[in-house]
Order: sequence, then C-alpha cells, then structure tokens
Amino acid sequence: MNIEIRNGRLIDPRHGVDSKTALFVSAGRIAAVGGAPAGWRANRIIDAAGCVVCPGLIDLAARLREPGFEYMATLESEMDAAIAGGVTSLACPPDTDPALDEPGLVEMLKHRARSLNQAHVYPVGALTVGLKGENLTEMGELTEAGCVAFSHADAPLADTQVLRRALQYAATFDYRVWLRPQDAYLARGGVAHDGEVATRLGLASIPASAEIIALDTILALATETGARVHIARLSTHEGVARVRAAKRAGLKLTCDVAVHHVHLCDIDIGWFDAQCHLVPPLRGVRDRDALRAGLADGTIDAICSDHAPVDDDSKQLPFAEAEPGAIGLELLLPLTLKWAHEARIALPAALARITTEPARVLGIDAGHLGPGAAADICIVALDEAWTVTRETLKSQGKNTPFLGLELAGRVRHTLVDGQVVYESAARREGA
Amino acid sequence: MRNPQLNGDGELQHLLTLEGLPAPVIDRILDTALPFVSIAERDVKKVPLLRGKTVFNLFFENSTRTRTTFEIAAKRLSADVINLNIGVSSTSKGETLLDTIDNLVAMNADMFVVRHAQSGAAHLIAQHLSATERPHIHVINAGDGRHAHPTQGLLDLFTIRHYKKEFHGLTVAIVGDLLHSRVARSLIHGLTTLGTTEVRVIGPQTLLPAAVESMGVRVFHDMRAGLGGADVVVMLRLQSERMKGALLPSAGEYFKHYGLTVEKLALAKPDAIVMHPGPMNRGVEIDSAVADGAHSVILPQVTFGIAVRMAVMSMLAAN
Repeated sequence: MNIEIRNGRLIDPRHGVDSKTALFVSAGRIAAVGGAPAGWRANRIIDAAGCVVCPGLIDLAARLREPGFEYMATLESEMDAAIAGGVTSLACPPDTDPALDEPGLVEMLKHRARSLNQAHVYPVGALTVGLKGENLTEMGELTEAGCVAFSHADAPLADTQVLRRALQYAATFDYRVWLRPQDAYLARGGVAHDGEVATRLGLASIPASAEIIALDTILALATETGARVHIARLSTHEGVARVRAAKRAGLKLTCDVAVHHVHLCDIDIGWFDAQCHLVPPLRGVRDRDALRAGLADGTIDAICSDHAPVDDDSKQLPFAEAEPGAIGLELLLPLTLKWAHEARIALPAALARITTEPARVLGIDAGHLGPGAAADICIVALDEAWTVTRETLKSQGKNTPFLGLELAGRVRHTLVDGQVVYESAARREGA
Repeated sequence: MRNPQLNGDGELQHLLTLEGLPAPVIDRILDTALPFVSIAERDVKKVPLLRGKTVFNLFFENSTRTRTTFEIAAKRLSADVINLNIGVSSTSKGETLLDTIDNLVAMNADMFVVRHAQSGAAHLIAQHLSATERPHIHVINAGDGRHAHPTQGLLDLFTIRHYKKEFHGLTVAIVGDLLHSRVARSLIHGLTTLGTTEVRVIGPQTLLPAAVESMGVRVFHDMRAGLGGADVVVMLRLQSERMKGALLPSAGEYFKHYGLTVEKLALAKPDAIVMHPGPMNRGVEIDSAVADGAHSVILPQVTFGIAVRMAVMSMLAAN
C-alpha cells in the first residue's frame, strides 16, 4: 500500500521540518519526504490542503480501564477515541483491577490491543505487587512481557524504604520509573487544592507541600540511586521550580503535566463540578501559570491526556465521592493547540510536547517522520472548530470539564503503521 | 456563573448556601420570619401556607435536633412531612443519592430538606432537578459536609438583628473549629453580605481553613485579643473526634485557650450577646456560667430557628 500525502504543512519537530512538503508512505513506513521515491505509484492520495501533517500523538497516560473496570470503558471504545484524537501510541498506567503486576496481564492487554489494530499500546507495569507499596514486582518478567516503565499510578507509596529499593532495583537494569509526586499522608482524604476554593466549598484539601515533599524525596532518591526517573503530573509552581533546578543541576529527569492542568485551576470547580475532581487536584492560577511557563521553557517535557473515563453513575455523586478523573484522548491535540495559541508557542515546539518528547520519555522510536520511521501520522485541520459534546466524543466516558466548549483543531486522518485507521466523518462524505 | 439557587427572576428557587445570596433576599427572609415568631406564641400555631404540600426531610446524616426544627416548621405551615433517616445504609445497598431523589420525586414530593455528610450534596440534587426539568421542586440545604448550613446562618442573622438591630457598626467574633464548620461558613457569608463592620475568626491554625481571610474575616489566634470590643460572640461546637488526628492535644487544653469563660467574655462589649448553634459541649468550648448567663441568647436562637425555617419554606413554596 503506497499512500501519498500532499499539499499539507508538514511539521516534524525532531527533524526541524515545518514546510509545505509531500510525504510518501510505503509498506507501513515513511518512504520519502519531499520528492517521490524512484518509480513511485500511489495507491491512495490524501489531499492535506489546509491541514498540518505531523507525527501521530504519543500519550503518556491513557487509562483503557481493562481489566477490571469495563463498566467505565473498554479497549474497543478507548482505542476508537485514541485514533479519533490523532493518538497513535499510548502508555497505560497499571491502575487496573487487578493491577498490571503480572506478565500474563500485560501480555493479554498487548494481545487485545494488537488485535484491534489501532494505536500502539505500551503498558506501564506496577512498581509494587498490587500497587500496595510493599513488595517489588517481577520487573524483568514484566519488561519481557512488554512493559516500558514502572509506576505506582495514583496509589500511595508511603514507605520510602520500599521506594528507595524499587529505584535501586530498577536502576540496576536501567528500567524507567514514573512517579507522581504526592505525599501519602498529606494527601489523605483530600479532594481539592488547599486554598480559597476548598475553604469556601468546605472540601477536604491537599496542600502544595504534599507534592513538594514527595518531589524532594524522589529527587534525593533518584540522585542517590541513579534511577531513570520520570515525574508524572506535576501540579504546583513549587514543583516546577524544583524540577527546573534539578535539571539545571544535571539530574537526568523527565517530567509531564496533564493537559487539564495546563488550562484549568481550582476556581473552575465552581459549584462542586465533579468533572473538575481530578488527581492531582486542580491548583491555583499561579500554579497553572507556572506549569505553562515550565512547558514553554522545557522544564516540563511532555503533555499527557491523563485520560480517565468514568461512568455517569460514578461521577454523579457529591464532589468528594465522585470518581476522580477526566477523559482526554480526543482533547489532547486541540487543548495543546489552544495552549500554543494562547501562550504564543510556535507550532513545532508545541507539537513536540505531544510527539517527540513523550517518545523520548518512553524510549521508543516514534514521534517523528524521518525516512524509514513507522508511518504513524496525524493530519489535522487546525482551524476547524468543533464542540465537545457527549455525541462528538468516542470515548465511553463523557466526563470532561470541557463539555460544551468549542475547540479548534479537528483530526482528519490518523495513520498507524501506514494504514489509515481513522478518517473524520465530514471528510469521508466530501471525498 | 449563575447562582444555582435563584430562578430566572432572581427569586429563591432553592436555599443551598448564603454565599452569593443578595442582601435584599436575605433581608426579605428575615422580615418574613418576624410574624412567624408570634405565631408560635398563639394557641393555634398553624397557618395554611403549605397546605397540600409534601415536605421530605432527607437526613443522610443523623441530626434529631435539626430534623425536628424543620419538621415543626413544616407542620406549622400545614405541610405533610415525611422523615427519612437514610444514614449511610441505603448508599451501601447500591442506590445512589440521585436514585433516591428520583424515587421520592415519583411520590410527588414538593420540597426536600437535605442533610448530608458530603459538601455539595444539596447542590448536586438541585442541579439534578434542574437538568431533569422539575423546577417546581425545591431543595433546602439542612447542612452539607463542611460547606453550608444556610438556615442556621439565617437564624443566627435573625438573632443578631433582633438584639443589635443593625449589622453596620458590629464586630462579630466566631470562635473555634472553623475548618469543619458549615455553620461558620454560612454565617460569615451572611454577615459580610449584610455589611457587618468586622467579622473575626478565632482559633488555632489546625482548626482554621487555608486562606480563610479570603472570606472577608480577620484572623485571631489569641482569643483574648479577638474578643476585645466584640458585640457578638459565636461559639462553635467542638466535636470530640478532633482530639484524634493530631488537630488538638486535649479538650482541657482547648478549653484553656479557646473556651468561653465569664472572665474572657468580660473583654467583649458589656452588652455583648453569646450565641451557639448547639448542641453545646459544656466545659469544652463554653463554660456553664456563660451558657446559662445573662449574655446568652442560645435558647432564643432555637425559637427563632423555627420561624426562619418557616419563612424559607413559605417563600420557596410561593416561587
């Protein structure tokens, strides 16, 4: 199958490409950029006039809810959501039921994902058995089964001895460890940022110090053990400052932020909007601005969707009792574009945060469009506006604070391994 | 953001919180309550304003006292009153809060009086009724978690107005566990809306929520300083479980620092009134000599509470 994508604005952050350039895809890979390879005959030509052609998005945190939470979402529904959002690779956290702590579970997930033939799925294994924070998982076996990193998802890991040993063990074999910094004790029972909004609404709060203390602990242990650590879901301005300082001091460290936290803060909770019950909690305006600045200067490497589909029954509860989380696979691209537009970030630099950089965090050869690379491609109409509604979303979860909002940037085509796996409905009718 | 408790005409649709409630609306509630005080003194303590209406007292958290005052208020307005003590058992049986509401709506409820342990529960119910287009059903928040207890706030305002006439020029000191107190939050919103000159909160850091000064109050940790020149002293109830979880060392030490005694009360204005939402912990937050003393208006608060709840119910039913 030979596909030619022409007339589009090709943006490949890794190779510094940003120009109106044709792309030639053959046998699942990028055959050529610019000029056609010798003897080229296209089976299909995609006219990308008015669109940006970029690497498929790479999402560092997308919950597919299998196994265990099929009432919230299934692999089928969420993989549909992924490709509709231009996401061609995604890492799924281990907070399933049971947790991803056994090779069999990981193999099953990989197998199920492969059979759907859509986005690539990269499981993140549990760092401790059952995410209980006590015993290490068989990281070697899990790596062989397909885990690309190990994390504790949102489960508390209070025992610093266990954390230190987990990092030592992982460092021995150079496994990647992803950690969300949150002190288990300070966060206990809290559902909102410790500030004016939580005070007004009478919500139990999580102080910024919960992130700062955990981050300091992680940074000290990462320095000591030499483990390859990735900081997940930064939320406070103090956290951004610490990661910035640690990177300047030479610590090999990567870091991400959830796309919701780039746009929202605790004020958006309004009158107890449970769609804004997120983990970590939405913090103050100053924190959100610091996260944006951290993204702009590279302190924060990647933006992830932190996709968490939740069924209506689990969300339509009083704020604290509502299941936390929001969906984001279909919003990652438009919300990143919105940030780029508002913060005046050049498009290639913004797209790098959801393509090149997360690929580097994952350690996979993806997120670029050099000749020979896997043809994972996203074609997006930047100016096409659409409204986020329950009907326009493919994810089984309809839980997002952005319901009703009009966003610019609609995915027209998504290609995975050179196959067109998604075409927007409007486009198909016109073709 | 539209205030979810006002309808399109700015009239009261639900009573969920005093935050954002315009001063004229609060004044109207207090004015409406006035004649209901005298009804309670008559032989026949009944008016027909809610005749034929069904009021459900939905108590997901036990409170005999608050439930009783709402029941009396509704009955004096001639409503049919159904008391449901749901506790936590029905949610553990799998029925969600909104399922419970839908079932009771199907029984033709006209008004819900809701007490729930979670902040925001009453808002959730009001939003659900609005989303399912049942605007004729009214919700009164009878206390949601730490968030709000608007009828308590209103009865406190009524009491202050009764004894002090005007809010302008007043200094009101609220003492104790602000962190967990929906009573304090509602009273603070009411007082600031009505133009109280100074609202003070007094307590240790562990019992004051973050950035509490953003609610328009002045923070004191020293009770003697905080009581200086106060016209109104509001003592909050201290739950015994606060000694656990490292919030306080002991009830004895709390009383030493923040208990109201005759000696400390002498620092307030000579004509200061002392209020308490009840039930009191004598010897923990308040000394019996003060609770039963000449400055105490704690029992009149209870009487006014019924009149204020009658006022709220009758106004909601009329809208």
